Formats: sequence, C-alpha cells, structure tokens
Amino acid sequence: MVGIVGYGAHIPRHRIKVEEIAKVWGADAPSYKKGLLLKEKSVPPPDCDSITLSVAAAKNALKRAGNINPADIGAIYIGSESKPYAVKPSGTVVAEALGATPDIHCADFEFACKAGSEGMFVALGLVKAGYVKYALAIGADTSQGAPSDALEYSAAAGAAAFIMGSENVIAEIVDTYSFMTDTPDFWRREHEFYPQHAGRFTGEPAYFKHTMGAAHGMMKKVGMKPSDFKYAVFHQPNGKFPQRVSQMLGFTQQQIDPGWLSPTLGNTYSGASPIGLTATLDIAQPGDMILMVSYGSGAGSDAFVWKVTSRINETRDMAVRTRKLLDENLTYVDYGTYAKFRRKILKNK
Amino acid sequence: MREVAVVGVGMTPFGEIWEKSLRDLFVEAALAAIDNAKVDHLDYMTVGCMSSGLFVGQEHLGSVMADYLGQKNLPAARVESACASGGLAFRQAFVEVASGMSDIVLAGGVEKMTDISGDGATYALATAADQEYEVFHGATFPGLYALMAVAHMHKFGTTRDMLASVAVKNHHNGSMNPFAQYPFKVTLDQVKTSVMVADPLRILDCSPITDGAAAVILTTVDIAKRLGRPYIKVLGTGHATDTIALHSRADLAYLKATEIAGQKALKMAGKSLKDVNFAEVHDCFTIAEIVVTESLGIFERGKGGEAALKGETGLEGKFPINPSGGLKSKGHPVGATGIAQIVEVYKQLTGQAENGRQLKNKPKTAMAQNMGGSGGSTLVHILEVA
Amino acid sequence: MYPARDWREYPHRYRLEAGKCKKCGKILFPRRLICPECGHREFEKTILPDTGKVVSYTVIRVAPSMFTDQAPYALAIAEMANGVKLTAQLVDCDVEKINVGMEIRVEFRRIQTDDHHGVLSYGYKFVPKWY
Repeated sequence: MVGIVGYGAHIPRHRIKVEEIAKVWGADAPSYKKGLLLKEKSVPPPDCDSITLSVAAAKNALKRAGNINPADIGAIYIGSESKPYAVKPSGTVVAEALGATPDIHCADFEFACKAGSEGMFVALGLVKAGYVKYALAIGADTSQGAPSDALEYSAAAGAAAFIMGSENVIAEIVDTYSFMTDTPDFWRREHEFYPQHAGRFTGEPAYFKHTMGAAHGMMKKVGMKPSDFKYAVFHQPNGKFPQRVSQMLGFTQQQIDPGWLSPTLGNTYSGASPIGLTATLDIAQPGDMILMVSYGSGAGSDAFVWKVTSRINETRDMAVRTRKLLDENLTYVDYGTYAKFRRKILKNK
Repeated sequence: MREVAVVGVGMTPFGEIWEKSLRDLFVEAALAAIDNAKVDHLDYMTVGCMSSGLFVGQEHLGSVMADYLGQKNLPAARVESACASGGLAFRQAFVEVASGMSDIVLAGGVEKMTDISGDGATYALATAADQEYEVFHGATFPGLYALMAVAHMHKFGTTRDMLASVAVKNHHNGSMNPFAQYPFKVTLDQVKTSVMVADPLRILDCSPITDGAAAVILTTVDIAKRLGRPYIKVLGTGHATDTIALHSRADLAYLKATEIAGQKALKMAGKSLKDVNFAEVHDCFTIAEIVVTESLGIFERGKGGEAALKGETGLEGKFPINPSGGLKSKGHPVGATGIAQIVEVYKQLTGQAENGRQLKNKPKTAMAQNMGGSGGSTLVHILEVA
Repeated sequence: MYPARDWREYPHRYRLEAGKCKKCGKILFPRRLICPECGHREFEKTILPDTGKVVSYTVIRVAPSMFTDQAPYALAIAEMANGVKLTAQLVDCDVEKINVGMEIRVEFRRIQTDDHHGVLSYGYKFVPKWY
C-alpha cells in the first residue's frame, strides 16, 4: 500500500479584506466578493517566502508521520511559482532545514498552480517503484497579483506538505491521472514581477476544460462516479470556480465543503488544492474516498483518488489542523502595510 | 612591582569634531598630557581604539600615532576591548611601568566616529556584540541594554523614573564640564518623552556618537615626585571578561565581569569599597550605570535605581557617580572613554575639576570602571591622592 | 551575507543543532570545541527544543540598515525548554502585548536579505505559542 504517511499545512497569520483593496482602486467591493466568492486572503509578512512556508508545512507533516527520521526521506519536491531564487532550488534549503540531506533527490517543480500536485504525483511514483522509502512533496506559494488587477484580490500565501511512503499509510493512493494541453491562459515572462492572464479565457477553455477532463478521466479509470466519493477537492483560485466545477461534475456542496478554503484564504496557487486536501483529511473518517483534482495554468490538471485508512484517527491531531490555521489568531492589515509586505512600493535608490 | 602614578592628563573637547581627523584628535590630547606632566620623553605608548579600521579605514595605530606625535621609533601598541579599549590601554601602560619595562608611558584613547554614516557607525559598534547570535538577528546596542533593562525592571521593579534620573544627574554634572559634548541640563520629563529607541530606552537614555581623544602619562611614583607635578597613585587594576552574548549569562540583570574586576582591583589596592569616595563608571545607557553600581557592590542588588532617584549618586550624594557627566553628557568616543575617566579622577583627586564640579569633601580614593559591549569585558582601576 | 559564512551556520540557524558535553551534560549553543563548565572536549549532537519562554524583550525602533523596513520589531531572549537561552526576533504579534514569561515557539524565517542579488539568509525567529 502506497500513500500519504504524513501531511501538514502552513498559513501565515496576516489577512487583508477585499474591501481594503477595493477601496484603494475605487472598485466595487461587493461585486468582487460576490463574483469571486471571496472575502479576504492571507498575506505573507516579509520574512515569509515559499521556502519558509514549505519548512513549516513539512514539519507538521513529519509530526503526523510519527516523527520519522528525516534522513530517511529519499526525495524532496517543492512546487511553486514564487520561488525565492530563479536559479537555486528551494528544495535544498528545505531539506537542509529538516535534516534530510545528503542522501536525497531534489527537484523544484513549476506548472503554475499545479506545481504542488506534480510533486505529489512524482513522489508517489518513486515510492511505488521502490526507489525511496519516503518522498516529500510540497506545494507552496506567496504569489503576487498586479496592483488593481482582479488577481490582486485573490493572490495569497500558503503551503501543504505530504510525505509519501508505504508504511503506516494515512490515505492510500488508489490511482492517479493527468490531463494536459498547451493553453495560454495565464503566464509570467522571465524578469517580470507580475503575471499576465487572458481574462475570461481563463475560465471555460482553461480551468474548466482541464479540471473536468482530469476528473472524468480519473473517474473512468477507477470506474467510480461522484456519489462514490465522500469528499472532493478542486483547485480553488477563488470561491466560485471550485463550486461551479463541482456542480458541473455532479458533486454536492457538502462533498467540497471541508476542503473549500478559498473564500477566506484566497488562492494559494501551488498550495491551493493540496491545502484543501489537508483540511479534508483533518475531518475524514477511515474508509472515506477523496477525489483531488488540481489545476495549473498553461494548462493541466492532476487527479488523485485517495482512500483514508484507520490511521487518520491517531494522526489528525498530531499537528495543528488546517482550519485552525485558517480561522484563528488573525491580524488584519491595511493596504499600505500589505503593499509594504509584498514589496509593491518602489523606493528611490 | 613598582608604585605607579599618573602625573599628567589631557583631552580634546568631545563632540562632532568635523575639522579634526583621528590623528589630529589623538595628537592634541597626547600633547596636552605631555605638556601637563612636563615629561621630556616617552618610553612606550598604548593607544586604545575600538575600531579605527571600520570607522576610518586605518589600522596600525601604534605606528600612526607614534609617527604623528613626533616620537620617532617609539614602541607603541594599539589596544582593543570594544568600549573598554581605553581602560585596557591604561592597564597595559600600568603593567609596563609597574613591571619595570618602561619608566614613562603615555596611555591614550581615541575614536573618530563621524566620518561615516549613522548606519556605518551602528554597524561598527555592533561588532562589540555577538555578530552571529545577536547582531545577525537584528540586535542593536540600545536593544541589548534594553533587554538588560527589562530583565532588571521585571526582577527588581526598577522604574522609568529611576532610569531617567541617571541621565538628569549626569547632564547636571556635564553642564559644568568644558569638554562635554552636551553641556546642558535635562529634566526627568524631557528624558521620559524623548523619542523611543528600543523599549524602554529612549534617546536621552543613550550615550551619543562622539569624536574625541584623551591621554594620561604614567610613571613611577619616584619619578613623579622628582617632576614636582601633582600626581595620583594607581593602587590597583582589575580585569575580567564575561560571555560575549547577553543570553549566555545566568543573570541578565547583573554584570559579573564588573563584579570580578572590581574585587580584583580593590584587593590589589588593599582597599574595600567603603574606602572609595566616588567613581567614574561606564554609563553607555542609563540602565548600565544602575547595574554597574550594583555589580560593584556600591548599592545592594536591585537598589541602584532607587539610590539614583534619591540623589545618592549626585555630587553632594552619599556616593557620587560620574562627576564628569558620564558618557551620557560628556560623550562617548569609544576608545577614549576609559582614559577620559582617569582624566576626571585625576582632576578631582588633585582638586582641579572645573566649575562647580569639584567634589567638596576632599575625595581621597576613586574608582574608574570601563566596560566593553554588553559587559563582555571590564577594567576597574583604584586611584588615590599622592 | 557571505555565502561561506552563511553555509557554515546552517546546522545552528536551520536546525538549532547544539552540542552536549559528554562529561558534564552542559548544552552549548552554538557547539563549541571546549566546554566552559568542565573543560571537556567531546560533545554529542543535540537539537534544541522548539518551544520556550520569553526571559526578556525589547522593541527595536531605530534599526540597523539591514532591518529598517522591519522596524519596529521585537527582539527577545527566550529560555528554551531545556534551559538554553537564545536571542531572536519575536514576530507575528503586537509588539505592545509582549510580556516576560510569554510562551514562544521557533519558526524558520528569512532573517536577512542582501538587496537584489545576494544570498538569502534564513534562520530562527520566535512566534507566540498560540496552539
């Protein structure tokens, strides 16, 4: 049996409300909130980046794995589109911080918002092939949205980490499937600070086509239908998209609720569906089937079918639950502080 | 060991002295001391300076200062112990004379801190703390002493007013010191409402950035007598170190190196604290003066603040501390401070302190305490009238 | 930040690796070559616990150039659960609401960034222990 032996998430403490951003740009907050089903998003302080978020999430995953020896982790994959270095892997820093070096394979993944699930996809394969005992996959981002752009309301920060292994599995991987085409919906050229997107084109031909393509392909492969699943987690760039795609696919609101965090978290990009999965595992029961479908612009989706084991009962509270990180001990900032934190203010040299 | 005396002193005014370079300052103070002592030659020289390298890019001060002082081929040593560099320069000069190696030695101290930006000065000063485990994390000197203050306030109930009273008293004394950087009085309120630097320390709790130099001439008591100049005896020297990082110490609200150096100096002098009439101590921050007086044993642990507030450390008090105005009002050109303390002690013990600063009760024995960093090194000297 | 010096500090900064004297058991952070308590020269590797209590703190309002954008920030000395004391920034909290005795936990954060092209320096900071 191969699957998740430890999982954990990390979300920074700061938040900014949609109204606060709308106020500065003269936008109509209620229509953004309604259109995106978004109230507020997480904001990383200047000393947090996708590397530090990855370390925190990985430490929670290690706790739930029963404090395995980090030196036994044979591979580390960080997926992010907000890497601190353009050249120098985030994975080396995280592995060093965890004490997992030097017997370890490392690679950084990029595929917009699905970079995290890619790492998961590959990690599972390595463990299944018997190449490594444990493989750690992390999706982490502190992405930026251009000032006054629609994406500024949702670009948030967060990370989720999964240790894949074959002993003491918490959620078994039943099967995986991936669906990808070249679709230019959202991109960032080298040396550019902010990404570009193709407006309404990012909807139907991009997010919906690939999410649904992966979901249908996955369900066909395992011979299951929506009602066979207890929960489903979809990529959540805002509150609206995952809700709509789940309806289109035939899932109910109750099925997506535990992992539907974007209304108060924002879009954590490579962390989005992975963090949703951690929140779902936090409340899942042994035997539950979970469908997870990520989405990354460019474009593609990775699908996973998980079966929760009885080990969830002893592990869910070995580290802090994702909902607690999302809902409690929050500090709200104003736009000025947000702009300063996110280095959006040009200082004359 | 031979008996050692201080037979002449000199210093430059302390302040932002734009027109004078590092060499100018040192030579001015050294010449003043040489003239004051009326010695016709020097056998050795020590130069106390914390960081001429970082402040003005100049090391090798032994050579530079001997050269510019016109002392051809004089053996001279640059001495460093952060803010206790002056005190260490004095001690090394004392040892040089006491051991019989040299007869007439100039102990000088200098710092030129205004040739670089405020940031550069902060960086240079921070090298006195633990680079890796304190400064790397964002600690500043006011920050480290603030940590000491909070620990002291938490343990003993020391108050904001007690800290401020130290600044008020030192400014009162400094207002009568013609060499002081800030020769004006301040009120308790002014201190308490000045801009916050590192909670709870405000700008008026902190000693300033200063240029300046001071020098003293040491020789044997016999030679001093022959010179016919007023002199004082150096009875004891004490030197100790403590951990570089504040967090490595068992008690954050105490200065162990100061306690040990003080006891060593008194033991060597054959004196006890009750024989000492006043002290010049290292008030880099108001809290430092309070903790130093407790660590020297002048006041009981936890009672230093109260004593300051009650006026026990004033010129007319039970135990005058810093009649010169201290680092707070006089200024703190880092390497010069330890020597400037000896200059004040000399003036007070020979009845030559200017204006109304002269202690009235004919002081006989004095203590000078000079400390580096957050207490990582301390020099204490005991001096007495001839 | 100089890459070699940064790299040398990873065991301390990244993992809180300390040395435990094999003779008297004193724990030293960072690791040393000789025990200041008993003079012994052999140590075993130990990791500091990641929770502790604030022993003293201040709020730095006039910051050195590397940290000006962060001011005001809290700096604290915390005693970790095994008695070892450390200095670090205390973040993710209202600087007016810190008190001696407050429980903290260690988090991995960016400590210093050298303009646009230097190596990034990571290490430990304290956050309030709220769960």
